[in-house]
Amino acid sequence: MIAALRAVLARDVTLAFRVGGGGGIGVVFFLAVVTIVPFAVGPDLPLIARIGPAVLWIGALLASLLGLDRIFAADHEDGSLDLLLITPIPLEAIAAAKGVAHWITTGLPLVVAAPLLGLLLGLEPQALAAATATLLVGTPALTFLGLIGAALGVAMPRGGLLVAVLILPLTIPILIFGVAATTAAVTDPLPFGTPFKLIAALSLASFVLGPIAAAAALRQLRD
Amino acid sequence: MDFGAHAGFILAAYGAAAIILGLLVLWVLLDHRAQRRALAALEARGIGRRSGPRADGT
Amino acid sequence: MALLDLANPHRFLALARAFIPTLALIAAVLLALGLVLGFRAPPDYQQGETVRIMFIHVPAAWIALGAYSLMAISTLGTLVWRHPLADVAAKAAAPIGAAFCLLCLVTGALWGRPMWGAYWVWDARLTSVLVLFLIYLGILALWRAIEDPGQAGRAVAILTLVGFLNVPIIKFSVDWWNTLHQPASVFRAGGPTIHPALLTPLVITAAGFGALFLALHLAAMRNEILRRRVRSLRLIAAADVEAR
Repeated sequence: MIAALRAVLARDVTLAFRVGGGGGIGVVFFLAVVTIVPFAVGPDLPLIARIGPAVLWIGALLASLLGLDRIFAADHEDGSLDLLLITPIPLEAIAAAKGVAHWITTGLPLVVAAPLLGLLLGLEPQALAAATATLLVGTPALTFLGLIGAALGVAMPRGGLLVAVLILPLTIPILIFGVAATTAAVTDPLPFGTPFKLIAALSLASFVLGPIAAAAALRQLRD
Repeated sequence: MDFGAHAGFILAAYGAAAIILGLLVLWVLLDHRAQRRALAALEARGIGRRSGPRADGT
Repeated sequence: MALLDLANPHRFLALARAFIPTLALIAAVLLALGLVLGFRAPPDYQQGETVRIMFIHVPAAWIALGAYSLMAISTLGTLVWRHPLADVAAKAAAPIGAAFCLLCLVTGALWGRPMWGAYWVWDARLTSVLVLFLIYLGILALWRAIEDPGQAGRAVAILTLVGFLNVPIIKFSVDWWNTLHQPASVFRAGGPTIHPALLTPLVITAAGFGALFLALHLAAMRNEILRRRVRSLRLIAAADVEAR
């Protein structure tokens, strides 16, 4: 079973970085979002540095929602989802493996890019480290909550926007604690640890809830 | 009745309640009429759920 | 009457025919009474005359939350027991709950302008209700996105349940976020110290809203059953045309 899950994971990662896979577009989108913010608020560096953590988090949130609908939809179109559904391996495990693959191809590049984009926003080294750490812990939660939306949007021709609308309200707690932990590391006398641990808890909880709900959604749509 | 300086806001709130709930009731009633009409039209064409005449004669 | 009897749509339609007018009458009487008592109530020592907005605002929030809970319970009926009326109940509750949620937001804004000096304040309660409204809109969008009612029902059931598990987390995080940014509480809403003269119209209006919700919900469920019957008859008609 482990070998099969590893095969699913390796396949998804390989496909994402092939031609037409769309891996890496998330990072470009992230860069684009960060670039347009100064145009909106003006080239006021102290202001940009103050809202920097929020900009990084919103950019990462939108970028990780962007490619969500393809997680299962591509497999649905080429028929491999039907094969995955009839394998003896629990669908929950397969969904989790696909989620991990999606995080490696979308979430992890965002985390790697975050310090560089933070420099553009004039963040202090401490804020850079905090933002990167919170993104590293928080983006899996975004991916695994998004997995549910991806599974619900499988059979829809234009699922992309709908999936984002369904999932965004559910990601509010992650955004709140992510930005709060980052700002706490720099300015506030508040401890960094509390919100940081809360994001970690949300990530772990969504790692359990996401694949279960996604598998249920995939099964229900098959009946 | 005198509601003081904020009468406008109070009346607007009650007005909003009347409009939103009124639209909700209206929607339910119109929807009911539309579905009844659609059912009647289908029955007039001789399409009953289980008893309607089938084209293939079964 | 056992729950299983209600699975028969004819039995349900008969029940709806009996209950809808009664509930509508109860709602009308209670709301009229609540309106009169609400306008006669003495002004609050803190909120003044604007406390009258609360007589709509607070019950609307209760109904919005109650409707979501009802949807979550129906969801279990869909996913666990495959009860045929469960997703009809969930679908009928969604627009009504969203409307009460909108009413709560609108009256909250109208109360906030004289009290807080702005139509919208990022107060923890108000913000949580706004997020609930967003979730309602997402559920309505998902109902409209999938054509087959059974399939849509099961997809929405999963989303509703995930949302239901998330609502307490969202509420907690929004409260936490709010205390972080706004240390001084703007006002202490209600609490157990509310004066009886103000409590009576609140409770009566809440009961009236509850009866109105039930009447509308039963009526909307009846509409949905009829809609599904129309749909299946049209499919039969289309199949007949093809067979010719």
